[in-house]
Amino acid sequence: MRTPAANPVLSVHGVSFAFGAQRVLEDVGLEISPGEFTALVGPNGAGKSTLLRIVLGLLAPQTGRVELFGSSPRRLADRWRLGYVPQRPRLAPDLPATVEEVVAAGRLAKRGWWRRPRADDRTAVMHALESVALGELRKQRVVELSGGQQQRVLIAKALASEPQLLILDEPIAGVDAQAQRLFRDSLVHLLREHGAAVLLVSHELGAVADDLERVVVLRHRVLFDGKPADLSATGVSLGVHADDLPRWLEELSENGGS
Amino acid sequence: MPGMPWSLPWPFDTTYMQLALVAGVAVGVSAPLIGTFLVQKRLSLIGDGIGHVAVAGVGAGLLFGTSPVWTALVVAVVAALALEWLRSRGRTSGDLALALFFYGGIAAGVVLAGRSTTNANLQPYLFGSILTVTENDVYTVLGLGALIVLAIAITWRALVAVSLDEESARAAGIPVGALNALLAALTAVTVAAAMRVTGVLLIAALMVLPVATSRVVARSFRATILGAAVVGVVAVVLGLAAARQWALAAGGAIVLATLALFAAASIAAPLRRGRAPEDAATLLSGPE
Repeated sequence: MRTPAANPVLSVHGVSFAFGAQRVLEDVGLEISPGEFTALVGPNGAGKSTLLRIVLGLLAPQTGRVELFGSSPRRLADRWRLGYVPQRPRLAPDLPATVEEVVAAGRLAKRGWWRRPRADDRTAVMHALESVALGELRKQRVVELSGGQQQRVLIAKALASEPQLLILDEPIAGVDAQAQRLFRDSLVHLLREHGAAVLLVSHELGAVADDLERVVVLRHRVLFDGKPADLSATGVSLGVHADDLPRWLEELSENGGS
Repeated sequence: MPGMPWSLPWPFDTTYMQLALVAGVAVGVSAPLIGTFLVQKRLSLIGDGIGHVAVAGVGAGLLFGTSPVWTALVVAVVAALALEWLRSRGRTSGDLALALFFYGGIAAGVVLAGRSTTNANLQPYLFGSILTVTENDVYTVLGLGALIVLAIAITWRALVAVSLDEESARAAGIPVGALNALLAALTAVTVAAAMRVTGVLLIAALMVLPVATSRVVARSFRATILGAAVVGVVAVVLGLAAARQWALAAGGAIVLATLALFAAASIAAPLRRGRAPEDAATLLSGPE
């Protein structure tokens, strides 16, 4: 097991959650250190989305405790420190907004939603656009972009507040290989240049598998938490279809492995 | 011309037309500002619904001898906040709750106005009577219009963020619930402001149709908002001119002018981009 970090950006202690009689999360614990690149993987229905909603402060845990930068998610004052990219671009097909306007919306958390943007806000928005290689498309209507490009717009939107923790929910589901590579480059750029921690929530890892520092496997509880190499040493490649992964790990722990 | 220090060419060369112009422009600017966000939230008809509820306020004002604009404002704001509360909790499925509000409102208005002993009638508030507005009416409309413009000037960026994705906006600490309530309340303020211009039954048209027109040509959210306000003002000027020229009902003429502008934009924009005009239904429903 991992040793606790000194100043974790995110810590989850003994969190449980059930929808009626159906237990979704059981005694889940997790800590993320500054600058760490972690993937939270697990099959559909494993409780990833529920855990994510609890971490974002959209849902309260029934037992246990969550701290984002040392305060409870609902009370976190500096919301800009948390960047969030939702599962799919749920952009209305008739949305009149430009790429730049969507990304600028992500800057509101840092500047204050009622304030007018200043020069440093515009610079941050431009920088976020360039880090996902969309600077030239900034005046385009966002709905005219491909699915992969829209995904990168939403990542730039999350980057615009210069977050210290970026949470991405299923960012590569249904995105083609080239878009996955561009996405990977954006993430690596973010990790190196901003020193932000990244938590990637996914049921597959695709092109980012090689860059990970840590993998947490969740199926209602944490089944594995460690270096990808340790997971690979047990014979599982993260490139394989990850739906099989937690089941395999469970068998492994039953046989005295892990 | 009391209160009007300038002289204007036809059709605004008389005092009553100038008062109508000022009140009409205030509503022509402010109604589409609210409408832009209502259209984006798929609430295009909410203005119509709140207009129906406001009739109860008009009826109460006529019955108790107070200004119907202010009683309608109070009733409309309360109803708008209640509707938003129901909507945010997902309790308006099947539009049944909305129907209860709307028809309850208009029925109560008719009954209350019928009990009134004065000669007052609902007609000017249902369909507007912009050519009979007084200076006091104009100050009221200007005040309400200024409130709407100021509120949107401060909150529009946050409202854009909310219409992009409510969940992300919440996670970013934007007060989504309060902004939705504000938008609902401002919709009610627009209804009250527009009561003497287009009437409560036609106000939704002035909120929504300029936005539909602006979306045909605008390339950004900001341009959509500003363009809608411009279309609103042009429609008011055209509608008032037509009303003067041919002795038409001014409220209806203004709304027909917004429709004419929408038709013109729908035909002209694709031609300018070098392709055949799409049919209006496609334009209304967006590119997909």
